[in-house]
Amino acid sequence: MQNFPILSLITFLPVVGMVIILFLPKTQGTIIKSVTLLITSVQVILALVILHFYNYSLGGVNDPSTFQFIEKFRWIDISGFSWIGKIKIDYFLGIDGLSVPMVLLTAIISFIATLSSWNINKSLKGYFALFLLLDTGMMGVFVALDFFLFYIFWELMLLPMYFLIGVWGGPRREYAAIKFFLYTLLGSVFILLVMIGLYFSTSETLADGTKIFTFNMLSMMNVHNFTATGILSPFNPGNLRFIAYIALFIGFAIKIPMFPFHTWLPDAHVEAPTAISVILAGVLLKMGTYGIIRICLPIFPEITHQLAWYIALFGMINIIYGALCAMAQKDFKKLIAYSSISHMGYVMLGIASLNSIGLSGAIFQMFNHGTITAMLFLIVGVIYDRAHTRGLDDFGGLATQMPIYAGFTTLAFFAAIGLPGLSGFVSEAFVFLGAFGSSSIRTITVISTLGILLGAGYMLWSLQRVFLGTLKEKWSSLGDLTFREYAMLVPLALIVLFLGIYPSAMLNLMNTSVNSMAKFMADAKVLYGSIGGF
Amino acid sequence: MNTYNLNYLVNSLYLIKPELAISITLVLLVLVDLIMDKDKRLLPYISIAGLVAAGYFIIAQFSTNAFAFSTTNTAGMIIIDPFGNFFKLLIVLSSVAVVLFSMLSGEINEGKERHGEYYTLIFGMILGMMFMISASDLIVVYLSLELLSLSSYVLAGFTKNSLRNSEASLKYLIYGATSSGIMLFGISILYGLTGSTNIYEINSLIQAANVHGFVFVLSGLLIFVGMGYKISAAPFHFWTPDVYEGAPIPITAYLSIASKAAGFALLIRFIKVTFIQSIDPNGFWHLLDVIDWKSFLVIISILTMTLGNFAALWQNNMKRLLAYSSIAHAGYLLLGLAVLSNEGLAAIMIYFMVYAIMNLGAFLVVMLIANKTGSEELDDYKGIGSAAPFLSVSLAILLVSLTGLPPTAGFIGKLYIFIALVDAKMIGVAVIALLNTVVSLYYYARVLKHMFLDKSEKELPAISSSYAAIVFVMVFVAPVLIFGVYFSPLVELAKSSVTLLGF
Repeated sequence: MQNFPILSLITFLPVVGMVIILFLPKTQGTIIKSVTLLITSVQVILALVILHFYNYSLGGVNDPSTFQFIEKFRWIDISGFSWIGKIKIDYFLGIDGLSVPMVLLTAIISFIATLSSWNINKSLKGYFALFLLLDTGMMGVFVALDFFLFYIFWELMLLPMYFLIGVWGGPRREYAAIKFFLYTLLGSVFILLVMIGLYFSTSETLADGTKIFTFNMLSMMNVHNFTATGILSPFNPGNLRFIAYIALFIGFAIKIPMFPFHTWLPDAHVEAPTAISVILAGVLLKMGTYGIIRICLPIFPEITHQLAWYIALFGMINIIYGALCAMAQKDFKKLIAYSSISHMGYVMLGIASLNSIGLSGAIFQMFNHGTITAMLFLIVGVIYDRAHTRGLDDFGGLATQMPIYAGFTTLAFFAAIGLPGLSGFVSEAFVFLGAFGSSSIRTITVISTLGILLGAGYMLWSLQRVFLGTLKEKWSSLGDLTFREYAMLVPLALIVLFLGIYPSAMLNLMNTSVNSMAKFMADAKVLYGSIGGF
Repeated sequence: MNTYNLNYLVNSLYLIKPELAISITLVLLVLVDLIMDKDKRLLPYISIAGLVAAGYFIIAQFSTNAFAFSTTNTAGMIIIDPFGNFFKLLIVLSSVAVVLFSMLSGEINEGKERHGEYYTLIFGMILGMMFMISASDLIVVYLSLELLSLSSYVLAGFTKNSLRNSEASLKYLIYGATSSGIMLFGISILYGLTGSTNIYEINSLIQAANVHGFVFVLSGLLIFVGMGYKISAAPFHFWTPDVYEGAPIPITAYLSIASKAAGFALLIRFIKVTFIQSIDPNGFWHLLDVIDWKSFLVIISILTMTLGNFAALWQNNMKRLLAYSSIAHAGYLLLGLAVLSNEGLAAIMIYFMVYAIMNLGAFLVVMLIANKTGSEELDDYKGIGSAAPFLSVSLAILLVSLTGLPPTAGFIGKLYIFIALVDAKMIGVAVIALLNTVVSLYYYARVLKHMFLDKSEKELPAISSSYAAIVFVMVFVAPVLIFGVYFSPLVELAKSSVTLLGF
């Protein structure tokens, strides 16, 4: 199984679907939807196959030999002149415990989002074609191990997202779409610059003994591959690693989104159609934190150590600020959007701990936030489809009118608050345990726990406003969940319950990798310290 | 000194076979136009045949390094080298595209009776550009520049009955005359200082004499004015939006690519050959410190791209928008030159190939849309995404490529410019250029917004495209996507073309 190109398949399958859809006539709406559903279901099956054959004992992170399902071959090969060297770019895919949860998450969320897109009826050929392109971009980011390839996938999802918000979104969709586009492009040009800088600082020795520059992320993680004079090489006394780290971090932080770069998110969420909100919160935000874990941490370990306190600080600001903003919202969807900002703060706090418990918590929280927030956005979508309003104060007493819907909502809210027995609890607990274990950020951790309290506050308050009290007359005709809505919510609810009761299923998956990462970070502190300058 | 015997002259003629092919086609066009007074359908085919022949001769002598029409044994009037051949090939290919554009263009086909002069003038431009690219003598530079300019002044105003057309032509003429006058002044100062008009000889003279001084700087800058005008670098860019807007679309496309390519080739050759001292093993050029070209070019390029990008934000006419965008692209290209290295030169070439494809494609789609709707105003693009899905998706891909987002070829062009900048440790400049890219996204996305996000106020009829048009558009869209993910051929070609004769 390790030799079967399953990662290419799971990544590029949606593109195949996109091409099929482009050749289908516009009028065949059901067939277009079915093709998309088929593709995304196959993706889920492939993700489960990957999970089945995944070897839990291999760490990955910085060691190419312990990555799994590796596909590597020369993509660009330009034998050079002396003055430019050789440019070789690899098509290099592989996964470890850091990316497997994200691959699973992407497959699941894409499938759910397809179901949620079923009621799209405006030029749906374009919609589903872009949707599938977006799917490829997301999956590609999580499986790419070559920085160049990673960047291509990272940028690939910009344009589909722009159109999906801009064409199929709400009243202020044009503003939201261009804001999203400009913000993320601003972030990615920084990533591009650091990528080129790293390229000129990292060399790889070929079989014939010649040295070439490389975009290979794993080579960049090995300090011995840095050249003596590269601008981002720790061996160069005048290097720019600190500035580069900040640029790279901002590039990823915009995607998380980290305060103060978060303002695009509420706009994008409010205007985006439900399915796209689900994708945005479920997968896209994770790309930011995944980038930090996959690139910032192991390639710049010494600066991560230096700046861990600040990462934790911004995590804390995200947690508290997001929660306070959420509390002030009157729009159901905006509330969930701000709660996302708050919950992504936990991920950053977990990362800043730099120990295995905190990192496990961060990655687990990424997965849980993906599933829980997807559920929350679907829940908003359900009520918006029926009532055509999302104002929290417009409702009341819906629990009697839509009891099953109220049940799912309560489950999702409690999971988001972090109630024991549901998945959110485990990951938040791990984040706090890990962060508390790191002495330098202990104070920040303690303050951050306020976020749980605030979270419970705004969640329960909105639960009360929407579901309790007396039912308004005009909502007496609202029906409960339909079959399609069950199909979307039940799998997510099961995942939330299952991982709440048996979190080891996910934790074991990432355990070896997270330990290697923590060990790598600890070793790097000594290693880079010996190089001097830090 | 046996340079003037007949054999030598004939040998020199062999080296300019592409130019001869163009000249013969030019004469042929005039003759056919005279003989076949009523039927002008043959002219574009003759043009294409002539271009194919010229292209063949260029490829046949691609890696030749030689002087032609030498007055001494060390330097000639004309240089044949891979660098020049690369740009000549680029010009021939874009000329083929422009001839085909003209066959599809509604504007050009209205003036059918004047097609003879139209194609003849295009060939006048080609001849001027080709000599400009391979000129090593400032007199040849000036003559070819004038040949190019005079032909293009007339072409810019080809559609006589349109007011903005005549305005474009007149503006172009006035700006052009002024800048070439200034350039001629610079050339005369340089001649007065060195006693030579040959750039190789000037180089060896100033290497030996170790000259400095204000007058030298002045003459260099004055000569730059003429070239800066051709490549529409700020602050010599003011003609560009007006002329691009006023000229017929095929000519606009042609000016934005071929004329710019020739200007860049001339500028690169002038700076590299005249001021070079040595090239180090890493490919960086060490120029004589007569003029600080590096700082000068960095300032000009940042000014050019920033002005171009910011001015483009407010444009409501597609041709004007693309004009400002082409100014911005000239800025990126100048950055490649400002690196002053072979790597930067290769980056310019890669960028030019990509730029030619995507810009020609964008103008083609704009022209096809204008053929149907009769307008290039952005407001009339509203809702065109559903009326003409093929054209608008193609334009979207081309605009994304112009922005420089992967996986399109435009990204590769920008990537190599940035690679050259980072390698030369010009990080600050790279940051400014990258931020410019973000600015440029806004106006390109504005076009996307008008096409796909906005609804048209009036009911748009479905715009169908002929199969010929679809295939022609695909000729530009497909490479943009293919080179975006597999760009080795571009880089290999650029790398084999960076050799200038002698260096």
